[in-house]
Amino acid sequence: MSMEIAIPQAVEQENYLNKEYGVWSWLLTTDHKRIALLYLISITFFFFIGGFFALLIRLELLTPAGDLVQADTYNKLFTMHGMVMVFFFLIPSIPAVLGNFLVPLMIGAKDLAFPRINLLSWYLYIIGGVMMLHCMLTGGVDTGWTFYAPFSTNFTNTKIVEAGLAIFVVGFSSILTGLNFVVTIHRMRAPGMTWSRLPLFIWAHYATSIIQLLGTPVIAVTIVMVAAERALHLGIFDPRLGGDPLLFQHLFWFYSHPAVYIMILPSMGIISEILACFSRKRIFGYTFVAFSSIAIAVFGFLVWAHHMFVAGMSVYAALVFSLLSYAVAVPSAIKVFNWTATLYKGSIHYDAPMLYAFGFLGLFTIGGLTGLFLAALGIDVHVTDTYFVVAHFHYIMVGGAVMGYLGGMHFWWPKISGRLYPEGWARLAALIVFIGFNLTFFPQFLLGYMGMPRRYYDYSHMPEFQVLNVLSTAGATVLGVGYLLPMIYFLWSMRYGKPASDNPWNAAGLEWKTASPPPTFNFEEEPVVTWEAYNYEELDAPHSEEVPVAR
Amino acid sequence: MYFAVFFALLVGTGLTVFAATLDLGRFNAAVALGIATIKATLVALFFMHVWQASEKLTKLVVIGALFFLLLLLGLTMSDYATRPWS
Amino acid sequence: MPDSTVVGLHHEEEHHPELLHHFADPQQQRDASSLGMWVFLATEIMFFGGLFCAYLIYRRWYFGDFAAASKTINMGYGATNTAVLICSSLTVVLAVWAAQTARRTLLIGSLIITMLLGLTFLGIKGIEYRDKFVEHHVPGASFSFENEPVPGHPGQYANPSHAEIFFSLYFVMTGLHALHMIIGLGIFLWLLTMAWKGRFTPEYHTPVEIGGLYWHFVDIVWIYLFPLLYLIDRHP
Repeated sequence: MSMEIAIPQAVEQENYLNKEYGVWSWLLTTDHKRIALLYLISITFFFFIGGFFALLIRLELLTPAGDLVQADTYNKLFTMHGMVMVFFFLIPSIPAVLGNFLVPLMIGAKDLAFPRINLLSWYLYIIGGVMMLHCMLTGGVDTGWTFYAPFSTNFTNTKIVEAGLAIFVVGFSSILTGLNFVVTIHRMRAPGMTWSRLPLFIWAHYATSIIQLLGTPVIAVTIVMVAAERALHLGIFDPRLGGDPLLFQHLFWFYSHPAVYIMILPSMGIISEILACFSRKRIFGYTFVAFSSIAIAVFGFLVWAHHMFVAGMSVYAALVFSLLSYAVAVPSAIKVFNWTATLYKGSIHYDAPMLYAFGFLGLFTIGGLTGLFLAALGIDVHVTDTYFVVAHFHYIMVGGAVMGYLGGMHFWWPKISGRLYPEGWARLAALIVFIGFNLTFFPQFLLGYMGMPRRYYDYSHMPEFQVLNVLSTAGATVLGVGYLLPMIYFLWSMRYGKPASDNPWNAAGLEWKTASPPPTFNFEEEPVVTWEAYNYEELDAPHSEEVPVAR
Repeated sequence: MYFAVFFALLVGTGLTVFAATLDLGRFNAAVALGIATIKATLVALFFMHVWQASEKLTKLVVIGALFFLLLLLGLTMSDYATRPWS
Repeated sequence: MPDSTVVGLHHEEEHHPELLHHFADPQQQRDASSLGMWVFLATEIMFFGGLFCAYLIYRRWYFGDFAAASKTINMGYGATNTAVLICSSLTVVLAVWAAQTARRTLLIGSLIITMLLGLTFLGIKGIEYRDKFVEHHVPGASFSFENEPVPGHPGQYANPSHAEIFFSLYFVMTGLHALHMIIGLGIFLWLLTMAWKGRFTPEYHTPVEIGGLYWHFVDIVWIYLFPLLYLIDRHP
């Protein structure tokens, strides 16, 4: 007879976290889930770097006079804020963290198609990041994140070549991620996982990957041209030789506009997942939402010159781009309508992910509508290069993309870590983020419309703008607190959080049919899919074993 | 069959060099690009096996990439071609 | 807890030693690799596309100056290089066929000849670059393009600044192409090593196929570069 010794904790199942220990098992991993966590740490680091620059910007703008930093330094601050946030946070964030983690799980695969390329992608990100850090620490760049020629090619003394190369390297990281996703989604879906059964998160990442693949190479070669021009004194964009600065802008924005769709599409994919789960309904108009993602990716390539309306381009071409810019709003609007229809008569649960999703819906809509303001040529002439534009894109990128990212991190945190985060704190943080965000950026719409230019360190000729600027800075502080809270409680939960079951939300999706955290090869047996996406009716039917978690 | 394509490619090269020596005015560029496109198409279809590709996806990737390339070239040109002052 | 997938994998691996463990079967692996290379080539089309865009715009603006500049690069070298690359594409196709039909000698021979042709291409390119350097046609401090007549416009001389733009694009475009060529040589060296060790069989020769795709793509870029850069205006 054997004596069973009472064990205080259940023996932990083998999963991707505890399968192997040691630094090298992480640095040489090819497991997409570990790579996702490596990315999580890296992009969080850069998020706080970018945030630090934002803080300095907002501190300077507390007073009309340029009294915190010098003009050149201020130029560097907003440049580095932009470059770090765009290239090292927003573009990689959701695809590299949540995409890497979830794409194979959601389609029933054991890993991505090219795991070693996935690891290479992270190393390229790190190399680019180190180059950018070095650049920042040794003087930085002062051209604005858009590094327009001929200032960037001929006149600035700052470290354009180094920053450009850093972005080039991190751009390849992005291309390889996109390549991996496209091939994986085409080739490695589990039996029965047809295209029309894919979660909308996958459709969104597929569309994002197309943009990454087709757009990034163009900015890469543009950077090559700028670097060559600076280093070798070529003259491709030099007006003194007959070069056209607008050509640089065309090539730059051909990528950088679709890039903003790289930033928002994955977030939209997350929102679809969250809204379905927390209203216990399938997404209304699944096909429309799926095709809208593809439409946004394609249309997104047709509108880039709306960043150049006042730069000296042809008015006739501007008319065409303006019209196309209106058209690109349509698929986004279709999605917003479908999400709203999903909520209608749903059984709404107000958990933290859902709070972020609600925030997304409102703030993305405002951001999107103000984009239409900017697409109108007449209005654009008035508000271009003002804080109106700054507010517009922050509503989309922060109010949209970052809210979605945070919502997604909360939603899938149990799956990633095997722990539950503290719900009370999470709801509080969501509220603080929402309030802080609006306090920061809504005044900027007003400021911009009233004429405050962007990228100015000194607005002492318009001292009446100070009140709104102070509000904005106060909001930024609140927002910062809101961002710090999840950092703290996510880390806390890894040790002290309640262990999570396979499916704490009783959500639909293959990722919830495996353990939390998943084993290294994701599934004990290859899944065979026989149901449609978002089958919440079946999941909530009275005979099902799991009860929706009421928290 | 590979040799037939190979031979055609060499003929095309000779042809394009010859055509460059003729004065066709504005059509020089069109002829040169036309011949280049035929050569590129031959390489893609027969050397890269797109012609006998088992999947439509391969052809879709090629056509898709070309579509976006033409978008880049075409829409950028639309600015330069309609500037009344240059 | 027994991991049934692991057991299944070992079974597969016995039959297919080249099968990577995250793929369900060799066909999936082949299809994934092939699609991966095609998608990568799509990104390369856009990469070179940016340069073609810049080139086309300036050529339209400064046609005469570009024509004058183009006349000073050696058409003979360019045409020879085109023929060299076309030959190398043929040898690549032969290499793939050899791998498919288990003809080891032909495979190795084709790979070697392909690489030799690639080196020839780079050698001729090197000669061209040296010529340009000697003639002070390399953009930068020592660039000089005085008194070059504009073809078809007797009495007119080319604007040196605009010619400098031509040469900037010439060097970046052909330089980038040459860099891709060098990478291609590296890939083929690796393929040669694998072929020498007998790693390719009719069942598994995907690296040869996708390496071939890459090589053909580099050839196609040159097929466009040659007439655009060398043959703007060659009227006698």
